[in-house]
Amino acid sequence: MTPSYDVVLVGGGGAGLRAAIAIAETNPRLTIAVVSKVYPMRSHTVSAEGGAAGVIAPDDSIDEHIYDTISGGDWLCDQDAVEAFVHEAPQELMRLEHWGCPWSREPDGRVAVRPFGGMKKMRTWFAADKTGFHMLHTLFQTSLKYGGVTRYDEWFVTRLLVDDGRVQGVVAIDLKSGRVEAITAKAVILCTGGCGKVFPFTTNAAIKTGDGMTLAYRAGAPLKDMEFVQYHPTGLPFTGILITEAARAEGGYLINKDGYRYLQDYNLGTPQPHPVFRSMELGPRDRLSQAFVKEMEKGRTIETPYGHVVHLDLRHLGEKKINAKIPFVRELCTKYQNLDPVRDLIPVRPVVHYMMGGIHTDIHGATPLPGLFAAGEAACVSINGANRLGSNSLPELLVFGARAGRAAAEYASQAREVDPRVIAQKTDEHRRLEQELFGRKGRERIATLRDEMQKTMEASAGIYRAAPALRQGVAELQRLQERYADIAIEDHSRTFNTERVSALELSFLLDVAQSMLAAALAREESRGAHQRTDFPKRDDQRFLAHSLVSRNADGSCRVEHRPVTITRWPPGERVYGEAAPHGTAHQAADRPLSSGAGV
Amino acid sequence: MAQRIRLQIARYRPEQESEATFDEYEVPYTKEMAVLDGLNFVKDRLDGTLAYRWSCRMGICGSCGMTVNGEPKLTCATFLGDYAPGPLRVEPLRNFPVIRDLIVDIGDFMRKLVRVKPWIVRSAEKPIAGGEYLQTPEQLEEYKPFSMCINCMLCYSACPIYGLDPKFIGPAAIALAQRYNLDNRDEGSADRMEVLSEHEGIWGCTFVGECTKVCPKHVDPAGAIQRYKLTAAIDSMKAFFAPRGA
Repeated sequence: MTPSYDVVLVGGGGAGLRAAIAIAETNPRLTIAVVSKVYPMRSHTVSAEGGAAGVIAPDDSIDEHIYDTISGGDWLCDQDAVEAFVHEAPQELMRLEHWGCPWSREPDGRVAVRPFGGMKKMRTWFAADKTGFHMLHTLFQTSLKYGGVTRYDEWFVTRLLVDDGRVQGVVAIDLKSGRVEAITAKAVILCTGGCGKVFPFTTNAAIKTGDGMTLAYRAGAPLKDMEFVQYHPTGLPFTGILITEAARAEGGYLINKDGYRYLQDYNLGTPQPHPVFRSMELGPRDRLSQAFVKEMEKGRTIETPYGHVVHLDLRHLGEKKINAKIPFVRELCTKYQNLDPVRDLIPVRPVVHYMMGGIHTDIHGATPLPGLFAAGEAACVSINGANRLGSNSLPELLVFGARAGRAAAEYASQAREVDPRVIAQKTDEHRRLEQELFGRKGRERIATLRDEMQKTMEASAGIYRAAPALRQGVAELQRLQERYADIAIEDHSRTFNTERVSALELSFLLDVAQSMLAAALAREESRGAHQRTDFPKRDDQRFLAHSLVSRNADGSCRVEHRPVTITRWPPGERVYGEAAPHGTAHQAADRPLSSGAGV
Repeated sequence: MAQRIRLQIARYRPEQESEATFDEYEVPYTKEMAVLDGLNFVKDRLDGTLAYRWSCRMGICGSCGMTVNGEPKLTCATFLGDYAPGPLRVEPLRNFPVIRDLIVDIGDFMRKLVRVKPWIVRSAEKPIAGGEYLQTPEQLEEYKPFSMCINCMLCYSACPIYGLDPKFIGPAAIALAQRYNLDNRDEGSADRMEVLSEHEGIWGCTFVGECTKVCPKHVDPAGAIQRYKLTAAIDSMKAFFAPRGA
């Protein structure tokens, strides 16, 4: 008997769980399944550190958050989506407060906010520096009270069931038993997160392999703005572990090998002792990561066995503040870098962190394929444009997780029953898996192909790009796709076969990587995180537009562009670091209203 | 030049073996490399059949708990160099059924977690527009340490009571119950008390504190259990002296 639900969610992180709760609350009669390759509390939302933006302070305004987001995204954001997002973020964060999220507090008991990069007001809610961890566990634990949610923990989805142009479920492997099953549904929501593992050096967890993006892409839904990859400026060398932007928001300095706050040389403002909104270390991530590359070219970075680094200096913040506001930074540095930020400089370098692009959706999370929805990092609505601002992704997965949940609930309430013929596709998929994975006696090691793909992507689609390297990358990925057909799988067990999972993940990654290079090659301009040395200027005439990558029948990519939605904010220049019109973050922090003393 | 260390890794493939055996591998290591990096080296280069769970490799997702030289550890936060010159023995967490190699079945915990109602229980909910429930930093600090549990299962693996009596609801579930009981927004402690009291297990806990010692996040489940016992004892005394309806 094939299990059947009204809505199937793929992915049990922040977006998936928020969507599940939204469906249960919209229509308690609907049946919901959450299918995830890991237990939900293992999802990568858990690693988010710094915070979640939502207008709450009395001196803040909705329009300012909108403007920061749009200018931060270099005008590639859809402004109707940003407006919806900024309006709904505070209530979503408040809902999480009601569900028990341990937000850091003011002495009077109200929720505290902190400054963040590219934001000109204090609006980032935080739970010390484990914000994602607390949000995820709050959502997961809260989701347990809804009886209508059935979980398929440690089930790996291999394809979407599509019939008659309509998505009607998934095929998945139960990892524990190795069984291949169809799970049908009137609507499917993909909440599988990002795809950082296409690159060698990333903050992303091992599970971030672009599964949902490729599932949608192979089923015929386009991927949007895939050329926009965020490098976070402060990752620990070797591990790639993230040192949160909150470390700079609390007053940390970025210094080169001479102890010089080098960001002042890159049009990001003049150094002040205390953090200044939208200036210096609180500039946007794309600009900071680009400044690092320039600084390296000038020979002013520090060479280490794990690449060039600069230093993040937190020593002047003092032990008390570090323990209160960014204890996880201290824990991570002690454990993984064998240093104490209270006394020592932290070596950091840019690290792949976030995918601005994703499955093309409208502002309700609907893709162009009927029955298919997406939310969170897997999706591209787009509110992040060409560069996401720090602390916008956590509220994004709440706002658009909830929106996708409500839209899918409404769709499923009116949709026709699943066509039983669709279940026959399970047999096809089972056969494909048997041939590709079970009977495979090839020569290529999975890890070798993965390493080569990652090196290719870093070489061709890093912080700075140009046509020759991008073309070389396209050709290399094509070769890797061919070599993938000859992979070796040593593990023939059906019980928890992680080698087969790795093979399927690699296959997803290769498709995602191809879409990224195709979009990067087609965008002949520089905007936000996409910097072309052969086209160094932004070109609004040609490219005030989203890239849409679709898959041709032969596996090749087709790139089209569609205009950005502009409502009230015509394209302008991104200005950071001018004399801060709204005062310093430090001055604001001195006001009793927003001291954020309690953690 | 990297040094090398020998890993003795427990293997169990239920289709092939009726009990676990050990396979030995030699891996290079540097001072930065965690035990998990050693396992990844084995899987990527030496033996693709090795099965284990991992994800964030920064000590927060809770996936990679295993028994390392007899002690429950997060393998992403335990370093090869600390065990030089080896050999280093890696086994699945104890007190759980083994599914395959280093992967254990945590379904029992997942079911117990639901039973302690790990969510805010209130008789009346305030509308979202009404703003936040006030919670001072001191009130936050009351329950915050218990909210740091990453569900890594090291405490269950170390718990002598759970080892003898799998019905015992266990350290992490009790800590999470206390996390909500001590939250000033919550009104569900009486509900949770019933669940926690219905089984003998909790009274069997002798405060050996193994759970607290192995916790990688300093949650102190043993403290939660003792605190809970005290509350329960006071409640039962109250019930004895002031019966319902009196």
